Amino acid sequence: MKANVVDARGRACPEPVLLTKKALEVYKEGVDVVVDNVTARENIKRFAKNSGYNVDVKEENGDIILIIRKE
Amino acid sequence: MGDKKLIIINGLIVGFLSALLVKFGNPINMGICVACFIRDTVGGLGLHRAELVQYVRPEIIGIVLGAFLMSYGKRDFQTRGGSSPLTRFVLGFIVMIGALMFLGCPLRMVLRLAGGDLNALFGIVGFAFGIFIGIKFLNKGFTLKRTYNLNKAEGYIFPIINLILLVLLISGSTLLIFSQKGPGSQHAPILLALLVGLVVGAFAQRTRLCMVGGIRDLILFKDWYLLSGFIAIFIAALLGNIAFGVFNLGFVKQPVAHTDGLWNFLGMALAGFGSVLLGGCPMRQLILAGEGNIDSVISILGMATGAAFAHNFKLASSPQGPTVNGKIAVIIGFIVVALIGYFNIEKNLTFKVKGDVKVEG
Repeated sequence: MKANVVDARGRACPEPVLLTKKALEVYKEGVDVVVDNVTARENIKRFAKNSGYNVDVKEENGDIILIIRKE
Repeated sequence: MGDKKLIIINGLIVGFLSALLVKFGNPINMGICVACFIRDTVGGLGLHRAELVQYVRPEIIGIVLGAFLMSYGKRDFQTRGGSSPLTRFVLGFIVMIGALMFLGCPLRMVLRLAGGDLNALFGIVGFAFGIFIGIKFLNKGFTLKRTYNLNKAEGYIFPIINLILLVLLISGSTLLIFSQKGPGSQHAPILLALLVGLVVGAFAQRTRLCMVGGIRDLILFKDWYLLSGFIAIFIAALLGNIAFGVFNLGFVKQPVAHTDGLWNFLGMALAGFGSVLLGGCPMRQLILAGEGNIDSVISILGMATGAAFAHNFKLASSPQGPTVNGKIAVIIGFIVVALIGYFNIEKNLTFKVKGDVKVEG
């Protein structure tokens, strides 16, 4: 499935969460977010879950991909 | 939620251990104060001449090494940096000026309130206000740009520096200065203070406990996670202070504090504003520095330099109150942080994601 991808690699918190928030305001059905550190992963996961989304996590070449979809 | 339980336990431990350090010799309501202790350490190294506040604080060393060991063990250790280093240095410098106007970092602000020091209320309101302003910039697209992976060796340097400081301290080296009176002369035994630092650093590395993040996430995302740690610190320190008989409710004659409400407010507003743009409070910067985050190391070096200047230029407050120089410095600080905020807004951040297209956010 094609999805909108937000590249938040290298960003320090809370920027990845803010980017995710802004993306979800536009694409309410869900987005993929690429991050590269555990803090961003945890913060985005918590934010997405609190906002009523399901989150799947994949790892690819050291990057973390969060697949965020409407429940 | 298991996550939240952990950060509450983390907060309770930090609060209780802070009260314990006071019981064993630290200045009252200063079990842990990252700003004060960086300042004391800088003084212990002879980089400022304020004789009352010179002591290499093992708590700081412990927090850095605790975070280093935990992140290393958990494979979280990752050397990275390169996100607007000089801007971070300046922000760190200014956060310290704000903190020393109030006389405490955000953590000590909570500990002061838990000790009955009502002046801290002005600090907390100011702190929240500063964070609120900072968030305005974040929402407009403020960013210090991305960090990059660096060689692992770069990340080891800061923990090693702390290890060297520890060796100098334990050996009672004559290179260091030890305050004979004043807050710098009041300290818990080295080993206890180090142990507390290690526990706090290791634990907070896992939970990402952060004072600035608490209020920020609540306003931005309605997320109570980090703030629950903050509240837990307050409760445990309050109970600890009552149990150890150091709780003293009121405004006047509070230890290492002054009663100028306006400048307590403004000092912490500046610290909050600067910290939001840095992405975390001074304690959080120590933890990140232990994890290999060079951007945070630079922020800490900025704070350390700010602390030295704060005393050399007579910017830091004393129990008698703020200084004229300090007031001027805080006002300049607001202007500089606002300029940094303004000039680092990414205007092209209007969000355009298209199907299957990667967008550099």
